[in-house]
Amino acid sequence: MTVDPSSLRPSHSFPPQVIQEIHRAADQGVYEIRGFGAKRKLPTFDDLVLLGASISRYPLEGYRERCDTNVVLGTRHAAKPIELKIPITVAGMSFGALGAHAKEAIGRACTAMGTSSTTGDGGMTPEERLSSKTLIYQVLPSRYGLNPDDLRRADAIEVVVGQGAKPGGGGMLLGQKITERVAGMRDLPVGIDQRSASRHPDWTGPDDLTIKIQELREITDWEKPIYVKVGATRVTYDVALAVKAGADVIVVDGMQGGTAATQDVFIEHAGIPTLPAVRLAVEALKELDMHRKVHLIVSGGIKSGADVAKALAMGADAVAIGVATLIALGCNRPVYVEDYHKIGTEPGYCHHCHTGRCPVGVTTQDPELEKRLPPEQGARMLKNYLTTMTLELQTLARACGKSHVLNLEPEDLAALTVEAAAMAQVPLAGTNWIPGRNGY
Amino acid sequence: MIEIDLDQTTIRDLNQRLHRLPADTNERAWHIFNPKGRHAIAVGLDLPITIAIDGHVGFYCGGMNKQAEILINGHAGPGVAENLMSGTVRVRGNASQSAGASARGGLLVVEGDTSSRCGISMKGADIVVGGSVGHMSAFMAQRGNLVVCGDAGRSLGDSIYEARLFVRGRVDSLGADCIQKEMRAEHLEALAKLLDRAGIRANPRDFKRYGSARKLYNFNVDHAAAY
Repeated sequence: MTVDPSSLRPSHSFPPQVIQEIHRAADQGVYEIRGFGAKRKLPTFDDLVLLGASISRYPLEGYRERCDTNVVLGTRHAAKPIELKIPITVAGMSFGALGAHAKEAIGRACTAMGTSSTTGDGGMTPEERLSSKTLIYQVLPSRYGLNPDDLRRADAIEVVVGQGAKPGGGGMLLGQKITERVAGMRDLPVGIDQRSASRHPDWTGPDDLTIKIQELREITDWEKPIYVKVGATRVTYDVALAVKAGADVIVVDGMQGGTAATQDVFIEHAGIPTLPAVRLAVEALKELDMHRKVHLIVSGGIKSGADVAKALAMGADAVAIGVATLIALGCNRPVYVEDYHKIGTEPGYCHHCHTGRCPVGVTTQDPELEKRLPPEQGARMLKNYLTTMTLELQTLARACGKSHVLNLEPEDLAALTVEAAAMAQVPLAGTNWIPGRNGY
Repeated sequence: MIEIDLDQTTIRDLNQRLHRLPADTNERAWHIFNPKGRHAIAVGLDLPITIAIDGHVGFYCGGMNKQAEILINGHAGPGVAENLMSGTVRVRGNASQSAGASARGGLLVVEGDTSSRCGISMKGADIVVGGSVGHMSAFMAQRGNLVVCGDAGRSLGDSIYEARLFVRGRVDSLGADCIQKEMRAEHLEALAKLLDRAGIRANPRDFKRYGSARKLYNFNVDHAAAY
């Protein structure tokens, strides 16, 4: 008997993907662990538009009039703040999650662009220090690889409290990616699953964090800016407490932020999107009269110069990109398709960083796969991408009449949806209505 | 002997002076007075000098120490000798929580008791406690040795990796994947050396050894209840 496709009626509560996931859980008895970031539809910067100049505002001439992009971060307490040529930085991603080629490519590209890259949960490799002019060193709950020499070699220190993909959760690196080198850097046996702690081992609350930051400053003679990174959840309180604890820079990572390996349920169901997180963070800083004094970096799903322009217009000082960096390096590129099939996916859909079998050699420790990403080639691709983003950002800023990208402001924005208007607190396009303001 | 009165000198000035000592310095013996619970005293040192601190210290005294020998003639706040790299930190009194957190090398001796999470996330150091340790000590301990001459609180060695734990007294309970192990001759010998280095008189044969059952190293659905 043949089946008439039009007679097939999928369940809204149990669509095919949900059925497949229940079958998988029944077979394996464990939650799905995967890489990448949230795949569900979320409010994003795409739900905002920039209001280019016309008669009431005066635009700058494209390609001719200057539109500066430099930013200085960490001027609050540090003797040596970070000076960047563009407000687009690369977020922390560990050696272990990424291969050495990818880390080196990121360092080279960031150096060429005059921006910073960041270490990750696993310590600093000599290659990334060598290739990165400006390197941010993460201090994470696991403390893998942490040592005072690298603290001093770094240009800034980032105390990681949380991550947008898994706020409240610890890192995870599955045994298949734990080679001898990765294991050695983390003081653990080869091949075991590495579940990092979710809390720091020697401090627990905001008062302790204040003292921890003091210790890090003392060890580095008050030279390095101290960043505090939080996953976007209770942003208002977290930002205020980070300011109180003495942070020079606060990094707020929205729920679209990526991960090398985390429970799918965490990625899709914890935290708030980047869009409202930026607004909450800026409001908290303004409430304390600390906006532009304690600097704000936002991350989580940022993919274009337009996203950067909108984040800056909302009040951020800079952005950080993680997943987009990997994509620029070749992630999900339709090459080596047979290797995508071997891990059960297709180019464009791959989130299999956790397997260590990255078909394009980015999130792998396998030397043969890593050969597919020569560092020079990766650096060139990422540099091109960062250049494109910067040009897009300048184009939009000039159109809004700004001679510096940090002059973009909320008045330059309108929202396309009621949700985005409420979350970003900018008017719904074509109205002067901001949901939640004046009792409406 | 260099004498520093912390009522007269700031912590920042003290640490910067210690950091700027040249490798061939003659200023190798330091005596610090009036710590009065101040935080981050003598952190990030990297020279074979001796520091004696008379009084109680706050958080993170001796943090990330390399080479130096630090003696605290008093009690220590949280995170004493955190991320210790090498050298020695000795506390004559008691220590608060997270003593020796993530310590990678060197020797931490607490002659009195420690609060909770002693040796949490330790990565290769030797920690010897003359008294007892609080709950969740050696949580996620990766490498190194923790010696407890008194008792251990609940959930000792929870989620432990390859660290070795030696306890002379009672253990309230063991954490996930932590089990008692046979004390073989090699362990008795290693423990005797540790006690000797720490200057603590105790008979290694009075101790029991604990370590990882290694059942949680790779996920197995049949061990899910152990998490």
